[in-house]
Amino acid sequence: MYTAADLRKGLKVQVDGAPYIVTDFEFSKPGKGQALYRCKMRNMITGNQLVQTYRSNDKFDKPDLEERKMQYLYCQENDYHFMDTQNFEQLAIDKEHLGDNVNYMIDNMEMEVLFFQDKPIDVSMPMFVNLLVTKADPWAKGDTSGSDSKPVTVETGYVLQVPPFVEEGDKIQIDTRTGAYVTRVKE
Amino acid sequence: MLDLQGLRFRAAFFHSLRSFFVRQQFLEVDTPIRQPLLLPELNIEPLASEGWFLQASPELCMKRLLAAGCSRIFQLCNCFRKGERGRLHLEEFTMLEWYRTNGGYEDLMADCEALLGSLLADLGGMAPCTFSNENLRVGDRVISLHPPWERLSVHEAFARYSPVSLEQALAADTFDEILVEYVEPFLGMDRPLFLYDYPVELGSLAKRKDGSPQLAERFELYINGIELANGFSELTDSHEQRRRFEQELSMMDEERRQQSRMPERFLEELAGLDRAAGIALGVDRLLMLLIGKESVGEVVSFAPVDFD
Repeated sequence: MYTAADLRKGLKVQVDGAPYIVTDFEFSKPGKGQALYRCKMRNMITGNQLVQTYRSNDKFDKPDLEERKMQYLYCQENDYHFMDTQNFEQLAIDKEHLGDNVNYMIDNMEMEVLFFQDKPIDVSMPMFVNLLVTKADPWAKGDTSGSDSKPVTVETGYVLQVPPFVEEGDKIQIDTRTGAYVTRVKE
Repeated sequence: MLDLQGLRFRAAFFHSLRSFFVRQQFLEVDTPIRQPLLLPELNIEPLASEGWFLQASPELCMKRLLAAGCSRIFQLCNCFRKGERGRLHLEEFTMLEWYRTNGGYEDLMADCEALLGSLLADLGGMAPCTFSNENLRVGDRVISLHPPWERLSVHEAFARYSPVSLEQALAADTFDEILVEYVEPFLGMDRPLFLYDYPVELGSLAKRKDGSPQLAERFELYINGIELANGFSELTDSHEQRRRFEQELSMMDEERRQQSRMPERFLEELAGLDRAAGIALGVDRLLMLLIGKESVGEVVSFAPVDFD
């Protein structure tokens, strides 16, 4: 159990049965008045923002959250299958819950999966992943059309803009926070 | 943590505060920081110290000094309020309080205007101040500190800025929330503002207004949306003060009630006090505005974070 006095940026609390993370926090106390805890919070499942002011006697449950290290195995239709690297338990996560992360997931990749009340709600990817370019238009040497990027497809099916010199069969590094090309990787 | 330049400015600022009051024939006093009991105030949680308490304000002792015959006194001291932490709050902070007999809250407002004028004159041009002449720079705005400052009643302020009236806010027990959310951000943005005449239930030590007994002669000074000082005409009717304290005590939870008791000796001595007024000013917040900092933790020599 938390009280309003525990609120601070980054704290995870349960509000109306859902897990929230405090993204912005300000303590206020008008003269002779009571302490007010003004929060902006993000619903960790839906991403919706909640702006709320609490008083010191307000209480919060700790959300039942657990982070587990899991290995991505394979995808079947919209189900992405994972294995817990500790106890080898397997489970499937719906594509919807993975969002843009599916763009960067390749077989056997390890990632942190966040569970709320034993249901997976989020995965955290490494900040950078290296993926194989499976489709790219060849670079026409002497092309003076002025274009400094071209679209390529990587092994996950994700399409992104890269510099013209990237070719099919190259490995490229992608920033998973923005989905943008970082560099070509030599292996 | 303050750098050397900041420490020098803070010292000059303290010196200027003191010299203003000395020139005005106020007597500087220093009362004990640790006391066996504090005035019962519902919304101020004390920090305990070996069965006694660290003062939340020097108010109790200073009013006893008034009752003992002092006519103008001031004190610059450290105060403590448990659980207060934030951009504008430190659990240990610096307070300036001054009290005068034969005066009311209007006199304190005039004191504030004169005090700021004196500070600007003493500190103008000294780095890292953010003012020139009577103009305070805050970001890309300028706040004119030239008196007279704006005066706005709490009732008018709610009518002007709040989605609900003062009466509705009081009835719904949302006065504090509405004040913080809708009213304060607009106060003292072009020039300092006195928000005055609070509902009497929001000023447990303040005198009722002559002719309007539902109001207390209490005001707050705002500059740039920040509350800097709380002043009022002192309630000197010890019977009414006892009833107001009983009211505060009755609203406390069990734990707080055990820490609190009726300040009998204070009430006894209060009976000997005539017309008086007193004010508490958050010195760290004022300094923060004068040197353009964002939080009070940046203008004290050591904030809690400096011990991490």
